[in-house]
Amino acid sequence: MTGNVLLQIENLHATVEGREVLRGVDLVVRTGEVHAIMGPNGSGKSTLAQVLGGHPAYTVTAGSIRYEGKDLLALKPEERAREGLFLAFQYPVAIRGITNAYFLRSAVNAIRKHRGEEELGPVEFMDALEEKLKLIGWDDSYLNRPVNDGFSGGEKKRNEILQLAVLEPKLAILDETDSGLDIDAVKTVAQTVEKLRRPDNATVLVTHYYRILTHIQPDIVHVLSAGRIVKSGGKELALELEERGYDWTREPAPVA
Amino acid sequence: MTEHYVRDFQTFASNGAAGAPAWLREIREGAIARFAELGFPTMKQEEWRFTSVAPIAETRFTLAPAAHSPLPAPAEVERLQLGAGPRLVFVDGGYVRGLSSLAGLPNGVYAGSLAAALQAGPSGELARAHLTRLAHWRDSAFAALNTAFLADGAFVHVPAGCVLAQPLEVVCVATAGGSDGPKVAHPRGLIVVERGAQAVVVETFASLGDGVHWTNAVSEVVVGEGARVEYYRVQREGRRGYHVATTQSRQERDSYLGLHAITLGGTLARHDITTVLDGTGAELILNGLYVLGGSQHADHHTVIDHARPHCASHEFFNGVLAERAHGVFTGRIIVRPGAQRTDSKQTNNNLLLSTEARADSQPQLEIHADDVKCTHGSTVGPLDPTALYYLQSRGLSPETARSLLTYGFAAEILGRMRSADLRDRLDRLVRAELA
Repeated sequence: MTGNVLLQIENLHATVEGREVLRGVDLVVRTGEVHAIMGPNGSGKSTLAQVLGGHPAYTVTAGSIRYEGKDLLALKPEERAREGLFLAFQYPVAIRGITNAYFLRSAVNAIRKHRGEEELGPVEFMDALEEKLKLIGWDDSYLNRPVNDGFSGGEKKRNEILQLAVLEPKLAILDETDSGLDIDAVKTVAQTVEKLRRPDNATVLVTHYYRILTHIQPDIVHVLSAGRIVKSGGKELALELEERGYDWTREPAPVA
Repeated sequence: MTEHYVRDFQTFASNGAAGAPAWLREIREGAIARFAELGFPTMKQEEWRFTSVAPIAETRFTLAPAAHSPLPAPAEVERLQLGAGPRLVFVDGGYVRGLSSLAGLPNGVYAGSLAAALQAGPSGELARAHLTRLAHWRDSAFAALNTAFLADGAFVHVPAGCVLAQPLEVVCVATAGGSDGPKVAHPRGLIVVERGAQAVVVETFASLGDGVHWTNAVSEVVVGEGARVEYYRVQREGRRGYHVATTQSRQERDSYLGLHAITLGGTLARHDITTVLDGTGAELILNGLYVLGGSQHADHHTVIDHARPHCASHEFFNGVLAERAHGVFTGRIIVRPGAQRTDSKQTNNNLLLSTEARADSQPQLEIHADDVKCTHGSTVGPLDPTALYYLQSRGLSPETARSLLTYGFAAEILGRMRSADLRDRLDRLVRAELA
């Protein structure tokens, strides 16, 4: 069974500070799928995530990205979010003075408004939030703290997952959400992704480590190297990377 | 430029204010002499290097007649009150009984006119024991000038063990824009909360009328052993008002003081806050916010004096500066010899909303003890583009993201206020200022 094409990236080239980081990425993500994009440091994993999110510091110099058939690159970051794209940041940003609850409700309502739905008041929103909090094992004390302000690295990542659970995007891109987490937190991230998995949504997991894939079943694993996807395969590819490292993916496999 | 104040003082001392007790008359004489000696500060002085008071020095301000008629309408004063509890109203420094409302105060609490208290009796003795003891008029020309013209003011005395359930508000109104030229008023506050007592006190400074005027205020706050005080000071005077203020507090052992200073108004504002932690185990939250636009200039000078061991002070000042506004923050922390186990934290964050806005931030630490924890940090800059992007990536428009981040600077300070009602009211006031 194959879903509809949700995301289609063709020959994507992108630069940051004048340096070319992506050099022809091709990728197709269908609804119902979980993709893992793996690769060594500097391979362009985070650049790909940020280009999808619409970070203003990254410039697309060639290629195209279509999301639900639309030109994603023509959309501003907030429009992408309202259309159901979610990027979990590798380094979530602290917002002083603004509580998590207020921030989350603002985000939910921005999306609801875009869809022509009624905005949620504080009380209704809190009710809807209860079960999401349980999903990541948090009590509501986190809701009254300023967004990511004074949060530990792990708490910031969990907060990204909370946003993921609350916003229920069609396409979730998790940019190294599993990095710097203890094993329990990695499990929470993986379980949340599995629970949110539906036939009409998709997840792209950008990761440096195999560890999270022991708790998530990716449909396709890609290896990104020097700005291009050089290999794609099943979960066994991830295992091979875990055992052999990334070096072998850089050169064509030796002829036997 | 000090001469005419000395002449005005002679008139003041020989007229209506002559009825004051001898000890106070003596202090006033000393204070006017000290003012003449010190003169107005200049930018050559370290403490004044970012703030010129030349516009004040060069304007001929005459002493505002206290509580003159016609008095403001009650509705004009009521809208300046943050809550709905008891209030003391002062117009140009003089107490106005008709606009004040003291219902609901517990027995034994004195809240009213300092002038009346000084006439005689136990409240006069109480006032005498504290008045002018904290505010260092010998070191400050402005405090000296206020003290020289000390005739009336707010006197709040909460006896030992007494708990004020509702915030007690002092509303100081300056009438501005009369036909007889710019006026100066010297409002005075004395707040004494005795051992084990608890109180929330608000002082609000506002102008009626949009003319040029000068407020030169001094407040002294005494927090007794184990007492808990939240003191809110809100300056929302008109955009042509000059506002100079000295706030001085002293805390005894195991006491708590939350001192919240909000500056929204005035064309030129200077607020010196000096707090002394003078008993072991005392805790201070010094919380400040300035939201400025146009060509407003506000200068906050704070001194936290750790005189005893095992005290904690947490100071947070945030500034939001738009257009050509200029914010100045100087935060001095003194840890006296022997004040071991001091825990002191200071931060000052300034948000510049335009390229012409400016902020100067200077922490000054003087540590004379070795077993202490003191940290400080300050930032000056525009909105963080990464934070803007983060909010946009969650569906918020750039305009909403900007206003949310800006409001966050204010909300961070408001969030530390313990009285929820006052916090909500101040939140609305600040939001209106940011809009």
